[in-house]
Amino acid sequence: MQYINIFLAFFRAGIFGYGGGPSSIPLVHKEVVKRYKWMDDEEFSDCLALGNALPGPIATKLAGYIGYRVGGFLGLIVALIATILPTVFLMIIFLTVLNRYKDQPWVQGMSKAVIPVVGVMLGILTWEFVKRTKSSFGWLKSVLLLVGSFLLMEPLSIHPAILIIFLIIAALFKKTDDSTKSEQKVKAR
Amino acid sequence: MIYWNLFLAFFIPGILGYGGGPGTIPLVEKEVVDRYGWMNHQEFSEMIALGNALPGPIATKMAGYVGFVQGGVLGSAIAIFAIVAPTLILMIGLLSILQKYKDSPKVKQLSQNVRPVIAVLLGVLAYDFLFNSFQGIGGWQTFIIALLSYFFLEFRKVHPAYVILGALVYGALFLG
Repeated sequence: MQYINIFLAFFRAGIFGYGGGPSSIPLVHKEVVKRYKWMDDEEFSDCLALGNALPGPIATKLAGYIGYRVGGFLGLIVALIATILPTVFLMIIFLTVLNRYKDQPWVQGMSKAVIPVVGVMLGILTWEFVKRTKSSFGWLKSVLLLVGSFLLMEPLSIHPAILIIFLIIAALFKKTDDSTKSEQKVKAR
Repeated sequence: MIYWNLFLAFFIPGILGYGGGPGTIPLVEKEVVDRYGWMNHQEFSEMIALGNALPGPIATKMAGYVGFVQGGVLGSAIAIFAIVAPTLILMIGLLSILQKYKDSPKVKQLSQNVRPVIAVLLGVLAYDFLFNSFQGIGGWQTFIIALLSYFFLEFRKVHPAYVILGALVYGALFLG
């Protein structure tokens, strides 16, 4: 019974969440805290903070961890399957069908029209990341960081992985800096 | 060999992308299009479009599909495992340590530091898409579709699925 509940909770959160994992967070919260009461609000936000501190997709980190907490290793597997499988299935089926007809002029028209839309979606996402960069570093530093990483990655074509690893090391060895201090001050108020 | 490449192609974005699945999109593109050449930009953009139109996490949809095309069901499983498992294992394994340090400025600094890089990667990707479209269907069509989709997505808060659906219908009728 417990496993069925775990499955249902993450199946619903996965199948109703649009816009990738981060947008399904409120749905997961609704299932885990409100409906099944596996965690209280505080535990859930701890869990979320932890997930955000680590790299990679957030939906599967939440599902895996909560599944594990509620139902052990099997719970973890059930929660992951419920989050991942239904939408991967849909994805494979749709794209395979699309590929079969890809020489039809109307299918080519469809894929042409979709490109600018994806461009806009990615642009919106870019802006969100820029805004969050700004709120942690302030405008001046953000512009320097953004321009700097652009120059390193595009004209100099340094692999993003190298840049990211460097920035992670910088964060680990840096003494507490102004931006985090000011953020903590804001929190303390 | 293909399975090992699939594992690496999704392991790296999973372990380096901060900001959830959407933050890994440009890193996946780097691996799948630039490094391994499994897809061209056009195919990648179709995958992102459909992925955005479908519900659920985007990272595993990308991994599952690319893995399936390159290596069947096993490939799909390996790609999903590569993007999901390392960070999940970290989360469960480091839980007690992280609980203690999750408010530490250093841990917060980590994801803050990585954000501008992800922003630039996403921005470049957005530019690539718009430029490709400009070359493919010309400035006017690109401008109109981009403007309309921006308007509906941001100002009318229309569901991305409907915006994509609208673009598909428009394309089938007028760009075929």
